[in-house]
Amino acid sequence: MKLPIYLDYSATTPADSRVAEKMAACMTIDGDFGNPASRSHVFGWKSDELVSEARQHVAALINADPKEIVWTSGATESDNLAIKGAAHFYQRKGKHIITCKTEHKAVLDTCRQLEREGFEVTYLEPEESGLVDLAKLEAAMREDTVLVSIMHVNNEIGVIQDIAAIGKLCRSRGIIFHVDAAQSAGKVEIDLANLDVDLMSFSAHKIYGPKGIGALYVQRKPRVRIEAQMHGGGHERGMRSGTLAVHQIVGMGEAFRIAKEDMAEENARILALRNRLWEGLKGMEEVYLNGDIEHHVAGNLNVSFNFVEGESLIMALKDIAVSSGSACTSASLEPSYVLRAIGRNDELAHSSIRFSIGRFTTEEEIDYTIQLVKSKVAKLRDLSPLWEMYQDGIDLNSVQWAAH
Amino acid sequence: MAYSEKLMDHYENPRNVGSMDKKDTTVGTGMVGAPACGDVMKLQIKVNEEGVIEDARFKTYGCGSAIASSSLLTEWVKGKTLDEASEIKNSQIADELALPPVKVHCSVLAEDAIKAAIDDFKSKQTAESEV
Repeated sequence: MKLPIYLDYSATTPADSRVAEKMAACMTIDGDFGNPASRSHVFGWKSDELVSEARQHVAALINADPKEIVWTSGATESDNLAIKGAAHFYQRKGKHIITCKTEHKAVLDTCRQLEREGFEVTYLEPEESGLVDLAKLEAAMREDTVLVSIMHVNNEIGVIQDIAAIGKLCRSRGIIFHVDAAQSAGKVEIDLANLDVDLMSFSAHKIYGPKGIGALYVQRKPRVRIEAQMHGGGHERGMRSGTLAVHQIVGMGEAFRIAKEDMAEENARILALRNRLWEGLKGMEEVYLNGDIEHHVAGNLNVSFNFVEGESLIMALKDIAVSSGSACTSASLEPSYVLRAIGRNDELAHSSIRFSIGRFTTEEEIDYTIQLVKSKVAKLRDLSPLWEMYQDGIDLNSVQWAAH
Repeated sequence: MAYSEKLMDHYENPRNVGSMDKKDTTVGTGMVGAPACGDVMKLQIKVNEEGVIEDARFKTYGCGSAIASSSLLTEWVKGKTLDEASEIKNSQIADELALPPVKVHCSVLAEDAIKAAIDDFKSKQTAESEV
């Protein structure tokens, strides 16, 4: 077993070696390096063929038409293109957008930008489970609502939103529905032919493809219109100009092809590892699972270890690569906005660790992780005045803290 | 973020971890910070009749820099008089541990903790003499 152990697959994944191989064949003079927009010679034709093959692989995983796939630089760009693109195109119909407080920053910050441009945005409060309540969503819909943006799988707490139901609701009101699926493609079944989703964002590097490439699904029937954000040569049917990054696209295509082939088997294996990890940890005192476990992506486990501060725990766990919900890298020490939004108190929000399991995780690594976490949490609790107070039966909420 | 060797040493092998009896009149307790901010530091000092800090103990909930700052502080205050201990500045702690700028607040918290512990001890003494 090699240390450190990588358990941060939600942040990024290593490229599958089959992906890297295909990509390398599109770079040099001996390979297929041509510009797919070159119509006058075989170099261009060959690259164009590779791009269209990749487009088919991506479309196949999500049961879409290849013509509905627009290449972008990643899910962040896809979110920007979808939200700004749809908002701008349909702004004469209305200027109200609905999203959720636990969305990725690529969605939240894009909405903030639209607010500066005069749009109005409703940020829904999720339930404690992390899920969006349909009745609350419906209540937030107005005559002038043009767009709803809700992610499929949350990047921090792994909960899966009911995009089928949300889609139906949006469709019945004639509202465009965008879904950020960066964390769900290849992990959760996506059947776009039977979902009322108009726009969906994808990333390659979350499913063993390369970084720097993603896609936006733009539905054709019924047709959804978006305004381009990047202007130029009119690539991707005018929706996203710029020479196609053939090696990246080929890598993404291969990653999606492998995902379609292996998804069922891989999910079962990863789920077993996730359950093994939780079984190993849940017996500890004062540990809390974040996010509804029934509607949960297989590879994610987000746990709060009460009375232990997340950053010090990550330092203690240097043999495993995980991430903390508490982004306390700035003087403001903001705890995770996602955990705060689902109603976790400050201590729990500051104490969270996200474990994310993937293709190359082994049982041995999980067992090592369980032992390491148990011993380091115990060590830090011995150091923690809050743990001592808890042991003495003091209610921490009754203490007058001197906030600084 | 790269941390200094000294910081890592204090974090991995913290000195003087523990608690003393809060009610003991020779013990001063300083508890600063708040869970909401992600840092709570508890520092206790035991003071002898000459006004010298004989022993010090700490417990800290917080990041590695906060733990290291309080561990270092307990080492520094031992053997010092209350006046000497109250002169310890956060910048000395920050320099010794080479704290990165975003972690300087951890050393400020440590300075607050020793001041609070000294105040607590002194108020106990005044209360005693009034009896």
